[in-house]
Amino acid sequence: MNTSPEYFEFLCQMGDNTLILGHRVSEWCGHAPVLEEDIALANTALDLIGQTQMWLGLAAEAEGAGRDADALAMLRDAWDFRNCLLVEQPNGDFGQTMLRQFLFDTWHLETLRALETSTEPRVAEIAAKAVKEVSYHLERSAETVIALGDGTEESHARMQAALNLLWPYVGEMFVPDAVDLAMAQAGIAPNPTSLRPAFDARVIEAMIEATLILPDSRFAHKGGRSGKQHSEHLGHILTQMQWLQRVYPGAVW
Amino acid sequence: MSADPQKPARNEWPLWEVFIRGQHGMSHRHVGSLHAPDEEMAIKNARDVYTRRNEGVSIWVVQARHIAASSPSDKGPLYEPSETKVYRHPTFFDIPDDVGAM
Repeated sequence: MNTSPEYFEFLCQMGDNTLILGHRVSEWCGHAPVLEEDIALANTALDLIGQTQMWLGLAAEAEGAGRDADALAMLRDAWDFRNCLLVEQPNGDFGQTMLRQFLFDTWHLETLRALETSTEPRVAEIAAKAVKEVSYHLERSAETVIALGDGTEESHARMQAALNLLWPYVGEMFVPDAVDLAMAQAGIAPNPTSLRPAFDARVIEAMIEATLILPDSRFAHKGGRSGKQHSEHLGHILTQMQWLQRVYPGAVW
Repeated sequence: MSADPQKPARNEWPLWEVFIRGQHGMSHRHVGSLHAPDEEMAIKNARDVYTRRNEGVSIWVVQARHIAASSPSDKGPLYEPSETKVYRHPTFFDIPDDVGAM
């Protein structure tokens, strides 16, 4: 078992992405515009939480400090979270949620495909399981983004506004930090920079079909993956997600 | 408010009937219906609504308006004549034991 601090951080980055986005998507449960989308979003949220159990479970093992996946999810505070800023952004309207999902799914699928050949067998196993779920997430989010972008005047305007809002959060996913470089060096995970061309190609293809215009800026908000500067939204998510374990420590079903 | 027969009552997606094949070798069975804007989304919605507990290996969808159905008021002429024709059931044959379960 690799016990380096970088390996633990990397596993937290993967698990915190799926945990925070899973929670965000679950906020739609009972509120989606139609029953069919409500169930589909709940399925996506559950897939992501399931992946979280695997990533944070492995992170806890690698840390070897007696914590488990639940402790990492429910008892850390905002500065210990390593998710990218994109996934903690508010749901907004349905279109904004689906655009955030599409951007994340596109990054996620490229990352998982690379992780399938990780030198760490446990990482490769989790990636192989998750890649099937995420392929479907991307199919669904891409189709919805295209349909709404190339839809009515109103849906098009909402999707363009969502794209303008969320695009500055994309760059962070591809800027390597010390953890990424250590993981790439060890062959455990890809250097995220290497995933950008495939990401761009997939996004551009979808945006053309969706008749949406990508903002002409590569400005990137940063600070989520390092934990140094999460947006104010993360604290609010954690308040809702963690309150039960905080008020009733150790409570179980 | 007077109803316009040319327009649907609400601005809704069309209704689709969903058929799922539970395992290879079985036939597709009607499991329910859902709304979707087109056939691709209908299949995706069917996947999410009706196969989340591992129910299926194949999905068919068809727009409900394409299904022709018999009329309940024709019940008498359609079905009653067969009620008295028991000889149409293959129950008058002696099955040799060697054949086993049929």
